[in-house]
Amino acid sequence: MPDKSIAVSFRAVSRHYGAVRAVDDVSFDILDGEFFAMLGPSGSGKTTCLRLIAGFEQPTGGSVAIHGRDVAGVPPYDRDVNTVFQDYALFPHMTVAENVAYGLMIKKVPAAERAKRAEEMLAMVKLGGFGGRKPSQLSGGQRQRVALARALVNRPSVLLLDEPLGALDLKLREQMQVELKLIQRQVGITFIYVTHDQGEALSMSDRVAVFNQGKVEQMASPGELYEQPKTEFVAGFVGVSNLLQGEAAASVTGAARACSIRPEKIHLAPAGSAAPANAMKIEGEVESLLYLGANTRFDIRLPGGGHLAVMQQNRDAHFAPEQGSKVTLWWDKRHLMTFGG
Amino acid sequence: MTASAATLPPSFSSRLSTYFYLRPKLLLMLFLLPPLLWLGIVYVGSLFALLAQSFFQLDDFTGQVVYKLTLGNYVRLFNEVNLSIIGRTLAMATIVTIISGIIAFPIAYFMARYASGKTKALFYVAVMLPLWSNYLVRVYSWRLILAKEGAIHWAFNEVGLGWLLDWILTLPVVQGSSLSNSYIGTCITFVYIWLPYMILPLQAALERVPRSFIEASSDLGAKPSQTFRKVIFPLAVPGIAAGSIFTFSLTLGDYIIPQLIGSSRPFIGQAVYQFQGTAGDIPMAAAFAMAPIVIMAIYLSIAKRFGAFDAL
Repeated sequence: MPDKSIAVSFRAVSRHYGAVRAVDDVSFDILDGEFFAMLGPSGSGKTTCLRLIAGFEQPTGGSVAIHGRDVAGVPPYDRDVNTVFQDYALFPHMTVAENVAYGLMIKKVPAAERAKRAEEMLAMVKLGGFGGRKPSQLSGGQRQRVALARALVNRPSVLLLDEPLGALDLKLREQMQVELKLIQRQVGITFIYVTHDQGEALSMSDRVAVFNQGKVEQMASPGELYEQPKTEFVAGFVGVSNLLQGEAAASVTGAARACSIRPEKIHLAPAGSAAPANAMKIEGEVESLLYLGANTRFDIRLPGGGHLAVMQQNRDAHFAPEQGSKVTLWWDKRHLMTFGG
Repeated sequence: MTASAATLPPSFSSRLSTYFYLRPKLLLMLFLLPPLLWLGIVYVGSLFALLAQSFFQLDDFTGQVVYKLTLGNYVRLFNEVNLSIIGRTLAMATIVTIISGIIAFPIAYFMARYASGKTKALFYVAVMLPLWSNYLVRVYSWRLILAKEGAIHWAFNEVGLGWLLDWILTLPVVQGSSLSNSYIGTCITFVYIWLPYMILPLQAALERVPRSFIEASSDLGAKPSQTFRKVIFPLAVPGIAAGSIFTFSLTLGDYIIPQLIGSSRPFIGQAVYQFQGTAGDIPMAAAFAMAPIVIMAIYLSIAKRFGAFDAL
């Protein structure tokens, strides 16, 4: 009896193109109703995984199951999943309403009902009354919503989103992040979200899988991923990289193992200051600083040759070193992350 | 100290560049004037001269054009013989266009969607190669291929289907002593000659259909045949329209192929040729020449009505 609470299951899945291992022996489960992000740099295999679920690609090894059903050899049109494409892929010769109703038309839903459902779905994505327009008459953000409505109107068991916000500007992207999350709560459908933007993955998802070179490096909640990255790659890709290696690491911890501290965990104090108990400290020099409004970002050169970024909130009058200042850095011991052996 | 380069007066060419840079409309006009003059005077002007000619008439006794406005030529155009010439040409152009479209689509689709790099270049060359050789040579070659002693009759006889070909050639309309004396031969040759003009615009239209459209359609539950009907074909329509304008109008105007291959019943082009050449009746030739222009105008307006140019 397959587990009903698992929406998508990968078992030792590989997708090789000749010698290129786009996806290499990957196993994971995505839970029903979950907002699941697949995060990674381009070419890490995350989009290929999405296409394996959608059915545009077939695995060269292992098996993919959707709600317990092995989908090997099942074409996309026989799968209960829908996709929001990166370029939206709205049909230019159809109106917005016709685009949204396309899946229903194919399923031979009566015209009156599909018009009604399309209009409801357009209202949900705040595009009520736009049904008569052509996609070319919409802005990027509006097209993105139409693409979402077109996929959701079919009430799929799993919705796949391929970098859907990639083409939008920052403000719109942040607004859509909030809305996507709300819509996901509202419809209760499993969302599988592919992105290379760690901020997006952290802010929206229940769980994130970090991809690197065709493999899953770590799969965890956003908080765990950020606070307890398992590998150097995850520490570097999620959040600001503050990786120290070799001699630089040894100057901080006394050992040559790679280590990292999140920039906002580090405190700055005048040179020679004492650190509290349970803290680690090191002296350094401000090499450069960037005023970012809410925060100031310092780039500190360490005596061992390494660099640490320090993020300090500009909350009130506090220690504000200038370029070239000697400073003391300290942080709580538990924030130090060490990797490998 | 000598004057540095910056203080030298700007050269003539740089002053000219600046002059035009600040007056982009003037530059555009200079570029557009010659082609517009060509189009306006040489091209459209001659067309109107032709149109005007068709309203005069040839004096049967003197053989001179009488410059008096009359609709006589157009009345003659609608007599039984001339109407049958127009009808025959129209039917042939329609059939040639449809067959070209059917043959061109898979080739264009393959070129647009699957071929890349060397394969694509090879296809381009293969499609264009026939255009590199002489038109008359190609038409005469087809006359040989389609002749009773030619390759096609021979091949049918070799596989024991000679009787089928002979039977087809006894059917009404397309009958003839051989393919080269039948409308079938005319049609085959027309399709062969005009096919590149259908493939290339169709390929260009299909190239503009991104793969994600096909994937999206499939993702939304459409089987490949439904995706073809609902997405690929409607988006290819502008290409089909462009290609069909070529095949249709070129067939309407051609006078060599129907003269060399077919049933020897005349087409519009031949009629024009005979009126202005043999008979010296330029006004009647002009009236006849109006037929394909009017037919094309009607054809384009129908194509527009069906939205063929909406995606342009």
